Amino acid sequence: MEVLVASGIGLLTAVGVYLVLRRQTFPVVIGTVFLSYAVNLFLFATGRLTVNRPPIYASGASGYADPLPQALVLTAIVISFGMTALVVVLALRGFLETGSDSVEGDPAGPADGGDDATVTTDQARP
Amino acid sequence: MMQAAMTHWIVVPLVLPAVVAPLLILASRHNLAAQRVVSIAAATALLAVAIGLYALAQDGVVRPYLVGAWPAPYGIVLILDRLSATMVLLFAVLSLAIVVYATAGWDLRGRHFHPLFQFQVLGVNGAFLTGDVFNLFVFFEVMLIASYGLMLHGGGARRLRAGFRYVTVNLIGSTLFLFAVGTIYAVTGTLNMADLARKVATVAAGDTALLGVGAVMLFLVFALKASVAPLHGWLPTAYAAAPGLSAALFMIMTKVGAYTILRVYTLIFGADAGALAGIVTPWMLPAALATLAVGAIGMLAARSLLGLACFAVVWSMGSLLVAFGLFDAGGIGSGLYYVLHSTLAGAALFLLVDILVPQRGRAEDRLVPAPLPHPALLGGLFFAAAIAIAGLPPLSGFLGKLMIMEASRGSDAAVWIWGTILATSLVAILAFARAGSAVFWKPAKGVDAPAAEAVAHPALGPDPVAAHSATGQGGAGPTPAGGGRGPAPTHAHAAVGAAAVAGIPASPARPPAHGAGPAAGFKAAGAPAVAPPRLQPVPVAVFVLVLGATVALTAFAGPVRREMGLTAAQILDTSAYVRAVLGPEASAAVGRP
Repeated sequence: MEVLVASGIGLLTAVGVYLVLRRQTFPVVIGTVFLSYAVNLFLFATGRLTVNRPPIYASGASGYADPLPQALVLTAIVISFGMTALVVVLALRGFLETGSDSVEGDPAGPADGGDDATVTTDQARP
Repeated sequence: MMQAAMTHWIVVPLVLPAVVAPLLILASRHNLAAQRVVSIAAATALLAVAIGLYALAQDGVVRPYLVGAWPAPYGIVLILDRLSATMVLLFAVLSLAIVVYATAGWDLRGRHFHPLFQFQVLGVNGAFLTGDVFNLFVFFEVMLIASYGLMLHGGGARRLRAGFRYVTVNLIGSTLFLFAVGTIYAVTGTLNMADLARKVATVAAGDTALLGVGAVMLFLVFALKASVAPLHGWLPTAYAAAPGLSAALFMIMTKVGAYTILRVYTLIFGADAGALAGIVTPWMLPAALATLAVGAIGMLAARSLLGLACFAVVWSMGSLLVAFGLFDAGGIGSGLYYVLHSTLAGAALFLLVDILVPQRGRAEDRLVPAPLPHPALLGGLFFAAAIAIAGLPPLSGFLGKLMIMEASRGSDAAVWIWGTILATSLVAILAFARAGSAVFWKPAKGVDAPAAEAVAHPALGPDPVAAHSATGQGGAGPTPAGGGRGPAPTHAHAAVGAAAVAGIPASPARPPAHGAGPAAGFKAAGAPAVAPPRLQPVPVAVFVLVLGATVALTAFAGPVRREMGLTAAQILDTSAYVRAVLGPEASAAVGRP
């Protein structure tokens, strides 16, 4: 079971890392989702792999599963879910406003100010 | 009883913003005036509480606050010691300045500035006060989620694009954080910092390597937050795209990274960590020196004021981590003094850029000449901020650097540290001088007096005092008012022509116009020019006060440095920390059950 879980986490991480390094926003978003799946499984496994053990008190139990990683995973799932929602909205807004889903290529030139010839189309700066 | 009541104040820096932020959204989302009042009141109250907590921590006792009275290794624990009290106080000062600045109209640019700001306060204070590695992760996330909102404040395509990258980088950082936390928990069975400090030394020999992997992964996460080279790449993109005020607030976020490095790698993986003692020490100094070099090169290469300010942040993080990387009382004490200085000075620089940009019309923050009202005032303020950041005497940056160099004198790498700090400081001074002359001085050349006067008037806006002073200067000689990139096309052409006569490529994108001199100048004066918005007194006053705080740091450098020395001594006394959290008998090592 250890080998199976470990290689599963490894595979998910590898897929996540590969996708995060892509140029388009959509694969990057999917990549972060894969990474968060991987880390959630990993956290779950940090309490050691046990089968059919109660996490908190039960009468007649022969042993217990570590309850803390389960609480940690719950927190991590909630946070990564919120983050994924945010990053999806950001990617979508970025695509709608610039017409391109490339991670690179600032429409207003390089981030440190841009070329003299281009005028930054930033509405927030009057 | 009295003591117990005092201890409850430790949780107030978390409870206050956690109550105020939802209140702002739910009760007064459409009433900006009420939001401003509540937000300023909350920031003021937070400052008062932070001062109280700082006074409380003065006795050198480490005070744990057991949330829900659960005993220490099991429940959530907050820790008040000198270090956390100092950081909370520093952030309270900064946040009050930011929120007052924002009420001068800045919070109209986007929605929900004040609630986001309060959530950011919650996350940062939590990161400073927590005594638990997993809670540190949670507070990091709270801080980051709020920072995403603040970074995108005001919107715009460029900001969205940079924001996506910022969020993605931090998501990957958070994933790495969780992997590190999981690894550490798998080996030690605890995430409480004091408990970890106790158990790390007694980990079975076979598990040491695994725990070391966790420790280094955690360091990578903190280094990412602290923008240590080579993990600094996200910062200039993100902060340059962020609105100036948010960037000023984010000055504390890199310091959170530095704080966590200091906390974790002195307490948990410090000198008493057995086989893992000082596991990141060999990496800290080279990384910090590389950060200094990258920051300085970036400053010199920057083509905009914001780019300059961003790389100045990276550069100052380098000096800071050089000091922390010494991992001794002198280094940490000097580093903490430099934290106070660099947070305030960096925030002041971003505030100034935010004040300058709307005054410069379409030139924005690019390092090109542009007409600028109030050149003497704004130029003077830029000069002061540049002195503070670059570390020239007499301001606190100079003293901070001096202390860091003094502290590193006994180190093996002293030559490297001195050489890098001094060389990069010279580069930083050059970069600021270049930026300052491009923004404030360059347009003065080549525009003769009548033209300058004529051009000055439409650009000046409604302030008669400033008009008078600028015109007076124009008559006396150089004035920056007739710059290369004006708001109106004719105006710009005239100025380019004028500059071209003097042999200055003021604006290479536009061909030199037909005329220069007085006639062209008067023609420009008749053209419809978009007057820059009036310079508001509140932001300037806030900037002066923040910069004034660095002057105070200079004036009281002796007492402040002594305080920071005591703080450093307390940080290095890890056994007192462990005893305070886990009880007096907590010295015996306990393995995993």
